Amino acid sequence: MALANTGISNERRGVKIVSVENYLFAESHEWAHVTDEGGDKVATVGISAHAVEALTDLVYMELPEVGSSVTAGESFGEVESVKATSDMYSPVDGEVIAVNSALPESLETLNDDPYSQGWIIKVKLSSEDSLAKLLDHAAYEKMCNEG
Amino acid sequence: MSSVEQVLKSPLHCWHGKSGGKMVDFAGWSMPIQYSSIVQEHNQTRNAIGLFDVSHMGRLWFSGADVESALDALTTRRIAGVAGGKIRYSLLTNDEGGILDDVLVYHLTGIDSQPFYMMVVNASNRAKIVAWLTEKFGDAAALEDRTAATAMIAVQGPKANAEVVKLTDLDPASLGNYEGATTMIGDVEVIVSRTGYTGEDGCELIVPAENATQIWEQLVELAGAVGGGVCGLAARDTLRLEAAMPLYGHELSEGINAAQASLGFAINTKGRQFPGKKAILAARKNESLRVRVGFVLEGKRAARENVPVVVDGNVVGKVTSGTFGPTVAKSISMGYIDRQYGEPGTQVQFDIRGKIHDGVVVELPFYKREA
Repeated sequence: MALANTGISNERRGVKIVSVENYLFAESHEWAHVTDEGGDKVATVGISAHAVEALTDLVYMELPEVGSSVTAGESFGEVESVKATSDMYSPVDGEVIAVNSALPESLETLNDDPYSQGWIIKVKLSSEDSLAKLLDHAAYEKMCNEG
Repeated sequence: MSSVEQVLKSPLHCWHGKSGGKMVDFAGWSMPIQYSSIVQEHNQTRNAIGLFDVSHMGRLWFSGADVESALDALTTRRIAGVAGGKIRYSLLTNDEGGILDDVLVYHLTGIDSQPFYMMVVNASNRAKIVAWLTEKFGDAAALEDRTAATAMIAVQGPKANAEVVKLTDLDPASLGNYEGATTMIGDVEVIVSRTGYTGEDGCELIVPAENATQIWEQLVELAGAVGGGVCGLAARDTLRLEAAMPLYGHELSEGINAAQASLGFAINTKGRQFPGKKAILAARKNESLRVRVGFVLEGKRAARENVPVVVDGNVVGKVTSGTFGPTVAKSISMGYIDRQYGEPGTQVQFDIRGKIHDGVVVELPFYKREA
């Protein structure tokens, strides 16, 4: 998503600590956690703690339909904050096999736990090509802190 | 002269930087958009005190023997004969009735007992209005732009005046709404006015630039002790939207005739002449011109600027600003709509990024504080 200002410190209190070492991050602040599920590569996708902090005051989220396809770098949904509407860009290519339908009504989950309870969609990968363009956690943190 | 345009800075710029303000460019000024959460800043203004640096607003002082009539010849609202101590919201319009700016005209008395006129204009319009006024005044009046020499601080909320009076000789609560006076903070002469842009009670202070940080820090301490604090421009926007106050560049522009803006109280035509008067009178009778109204949407999706308003599949209007209103807890918008759909209660739809959302035309404002 496009964050107008990323000047907020990444140091946050009260965020549930989830190991994100195996997570991959897009420069547009979405994350993907790829696992093997019955032979398929499945990416769980969400937005980073940094994104949640920068957006502040989330009020609504528009999710895609299960069964729809997503393309790396293209919008798969929108998140509405008091300040602005922001696109969420898919970090991966594939088909949406699940959406966190409880999330739009409980967006505070994103403040507390953006990396597990705050997942947004699960995507069955059609290709792993886009993964090479994503950042590991250390590189993403570096980008945020320099930004 | 450098060809690179310099970003203008408020006298409080350093304070904002040191205090966690997220600075953004606004009308050529580097100003804080927020410090923490917009909703928290919004709520502290509704419940206690919000402190806003509004130094980007243009502050113009007038002089000359004929200044009263010179101003009255240029404002949609009657200025001539307005008693000392009063502040008038007015529009400035071009010959076509298009809105050049919306302004406050102050008729005050100085500490030296001399009456004077001043005007607060929008930051985005300051250069244009200074040039326009200077040309229109001719020899009848003179103008001094004291924007850089002063700071402007809005202290808004139900607890605002009771804290400001701890600094000022004059109690802001002793002023009526839209009244102002010069007073002292210590040995510094300031202007205090019972005005604002949030829908709350409170006041605004115009202070010398060199004293701004000291006064601001005292206000921050006073506000903090009663549950208030500093707010950025984002909260100012959600507050003014709930109060249905128009914002230049959104609800108001040169492309909008003053008659369309639902600001009839600010247009006095009887027995007066001002630029655009004829065009404004004609526009009032022109049924084909859209009018400014309020909308409430179902759900939490916000209809923001430029979202088309649709009835029976036809575009009949356009949103000029919108957000999820933290106090009213609804998705609210203002915009312009074809006159036949402007009645409160009219069902309309909004095309938000290709998806249709239902809503309704409502009476303005969305929020009114309890008297």
